Amino acid sequence: MATEPKTPEAALAEEPAVPSLVDHYFTCWYKADVKGKRCEDHCILQHCNRICVITLAGSHLVLQSGKAIKSISYQISTNCSRLQNKVSGNLSGYGAQFLRELAPLCKIYCSDGEEYTMSSCVRGQLMEVNESILHKPSILQEKPSTEGYSAVVLPKFEESKSITEGLLTQKQYDDVVVKRINATTATS
Amino acid sequence: MFPLTVENKHVAQLLLSTGTCPRCIFRFCGVDFHAPYKLPYEVCQKVEASGFEFTNLVLSISFPPQLSVREHAAWLLVKQEMGKQSLSLGRNDTVQLKEAYKWITHPLFSEELGVPIDGKSLFEVSVVFAHPETVEDCHFLRAICPDCFKPAKNKQSVFTRMAVMKALNKIKEEDFRKQFPCPPNSPKAVCSVVEIECAHGAVFVAGRYNKYSRNLPQTPWIIDGERKLDSSVEELISDHLLTVFKADSFNFSSSGREDVDVRTLGNGRPFAIELVNPHRVHFTSQEIKELQQKINNSSNKIQVRDLQLVTREAIGHMKEGEEEKTKTYSALIWTNKAIQRKDIEFLDDIKDLKIDQKTPLRVLHRRPLAVRTRIIHSMETHYVDEHHFRLSLKTQAGTYIKEFVHGDFGRTKPNICSLMDVTADILELDVESVDVDWPPALDD
Repeated sequence: MATEPKTPEAALAEEPAVPSLVDHYFTCWYKADVKGKRCEDHCILQHCNRICVITLAGSHLVLQSGKAIKSISYQISTNCSRLQNKVSGNLSGYGAQFLRELAPLCKIYCSDGEEYTMSSCVRGQLMEVNESILHKPSILQEKPSTEGYSAVVLPKFEESKSITEGLLTQKQYDDVVVKRINATTATS
Repeated sequence: MFPLTVENKHVAQLLLSTGTCPRCIFRFCGVDFHAPYKLPYEVCQKVEASGFEFTNLVLSISFPPQLSVREHAAWLLVKQEMGKQSLSLGRNDTVQLKEAYKWITHPLFSEELGVPIDGKSLFEVSVVFAHPETVEDCHFLRAICPDCFKPAKNKQSVFTRMAVMKALNKIKEEDFRKQFPCPPNSPKAVCSVVEIECAHGAVFVAGRYNKYSRNLPQTPWIIDGERKLDSSVEELISDHLLTVFKADSFNFSSSGREDVDVRTLGNGRPFAIELVNPHRVHFTSQEIKELQQKINNSSNKIQVRDLQLVTREAIGHMKEGEEEKTKTYSALIWTNKAIQRKDIEFLDDIKDLKIDQKTPLRVLHRRPLAVRTRIIHSMETHYVDEHHFRLSLKTQAGTYIKEFVHGDFGRTKPNICSLMDVTADILELDVESVDVDWPPALDD
């Protein structure tokens, strides 16, 4: 079941469409056109304790296009499933898969046959993936910034600040979206 | 006046020839000769100068390791002489040198310092003797029992008392006698004191604290050597105790803890402070009451009640509370959707709600990832306006309240957002009670 598509302007006006909890403790960082794919925008919510929650940005195609999601899978290759990630015991992140920025997190299969891959966008230990979106994929579109998160990543302590160097701030992201809108309107 | 008998003569001559002092000879022969025995006065001086308050003490004496070798030699000789008289003697039939030393010196220390010696005393005076002249006396043992003398990280010398005793237990009598004279040679000097340490065992102070500030951490908040927030609950209480008890340091613990921005109301939260090496330990209950008053007068961010001295064993009651007991809270909740009274009424009827909480994201960097099942025993709502209501809750210990309200990205299920189908957040949280009945309440 798909949600009503929002116009990019409306999405921007709503961003960040997250509860005040996020405002207090999280900073929103963005990566636009991930892996060079147009409009596959991600939003990384970084807590003041450095932990990152990976989510879809409001301007991502999956949220914009009104498509229905058929299923989501954490099997990103023949040999690798993010579900097999085992974080053991007391040591934060010990035993977890270490991800680089472009590491795939999950695949989103839409009813129209299109396939989208979500990426980590930050380096760090994969702490957990959100299994509830497997059972109810629509949550990804209904609550992309909260219950519809994809994964939780713990960056290395010494990289807490540097991991955001390649990412866009809220303002920079807003500018990117506006430019995109203008470019589209200019050509139409 | 000369109390030695003819029977003693042979013994006295033998001992004299080994250099034993006459006073010891008299003692050995059972003569009650009251003479001043050498008391290390520097020990008494140090104890008096140390500034400790004590009503008894325990003396811990360390003899030089090589003294055990000399003692062993003397024993072999005694065993031999007894054998000549067809009497057999076990090692335990003789009095240990240290025991004899204690019998003589304890009453003297006691008289000099004005307190009894008591093995159970918390105030310990430890004295270490050395005798540089005979340090090499035990070295021959290494050749015979090499595995008794393995080098270890912290030891300066491998010839510790334990190692020497172990080797002496192993070595055969003939081998020992080949290497060491029986009786031992006379040394030129007596032992000297090389170390005197005074220490008092920890004392414990317990109480309950209220926290009225929304900007106070429980323990000092320091990152990279920089203090992020002024003071802390533990410092506001313990600093005064540290001064009055004249302790070296403290260890603060409590029955659970609250966040920086959370107040602790009601009867307060139980805490216990261990005061390490206190120099002053005797206080009347009046003095403790005054100390409590002093703490309360010095800050309006915290208040303390039921302050009292407790035993180490009693601390167990407090930690027990952390796992098993219930706590009650009051939260101010914001909702994104406009709500009416009827929208929150149903929460009042929910009893013993089971929730599953994944480790909250805000602590996931220092706690292991896990799912904890907790129970919300009961709730009571108070409508404020279209976007706010107050929620009182009684929960199992260890429940993360903030996460129960905002849902923590859906990682606490169910939560107020899912129950009410709104987006909610917690604006204020207060601890209303910590249901632990320890420490005992005191009348004011």
